[in-house]
Amino acid sequence: MMAHIPMEHGLMLAAALFCVGFVGLLVRRNILYMLMCVEIMLNAAGMAFVVAGSRWEHADGQIMYLIILTMAAAEVAVALALVLRFYRQFQTLDADAANTMRG
Amino acid sequence: MNATFYIASSVALVSTILAITRLNAVHSLLYMITSLLAGSLIFFVLGAPYIAALQTIVYAGAIMVLFIFVIMMLNQGPETAVQERAWLAPGAWIGPSLLTATLFFQVVLIVRGDGSWLPGTKVVEPKEVSIALFGPYILVIELASMLLLSGLIGAYHLGRREPDRSEEQRS
Repeated sequence: MMAHIPMEHGLMLAAALFCVGFVGLLVRRNILYMLMCVEIMLNAAGMAFVVAGSRWEHADGQIMYLIILTMAAAEVAVALALVLRFYRQFQTLDADAANTMRG
Repeated sequence: MNATFYIASSVALVSTILAITRLNAVHSLLYMITSLLAGSLIFFVLGAPYIAALQTIVYAGAIMVLFIFVIMMLNQGPETAVQERAWLAPGAWIGPSLLTATLFFQVVLIVRGDGSWLPGTKVVEPKEVSIALFGPYILVIELASMLLLSGLIGAYHLGRREPDRSEEQRS
């Protein structure tokens, strides 16, 4: 039996990717970059599921990843449509341009 | 051999950090695709080949193409030609190419070798995943289809042009 990859290392990688995405979400103000950081975070969460599923040799972790993948695809379609509307209205991609509500 | 996992992890981390620090959107998209491909290799090493294929096709393929389409729609004007020339400078593509070449080298080693580059993780075959997906998880399929349909309708509704605004400007 060859040496397994410790589950902790996989989870640490997922956590590190999640943290990078989170820091990027907080730091960048361009709305496209914020969306990409959300994608990184979703992917890291899915990676944690796959690592756990590989540890217990079950298919459940991969099914959770499939749910996250579906959700990310639907989210990115709606969010990019929102980005197009945002740009059409404000002529910029700065998320701070929409800091006031009309109401 | 665990080195495959650790090298791919390093590539994923480095390219993700580079992706969120680039100033040019296309550069960071290139790094982002590299990071997703590295994640795909990690999934393959972890014994999830179905998920690895899905990550490459759906994430690195479809979702990133959506991003590229939006960037193409936003960057209009005469300065795009100058920008296009600047994007073809070696500084733009040499970093992602090197990182992707590392991944490609690992894939070639895995394909050519006798499996010694893979750790001894038990592979969960696509068949098992599919049996579980259409057995106890059948509700998930229904939920996913509804989610995708609502995403489609939402994107269509948000993305359409306002017909009344142009008429107001004309009058």
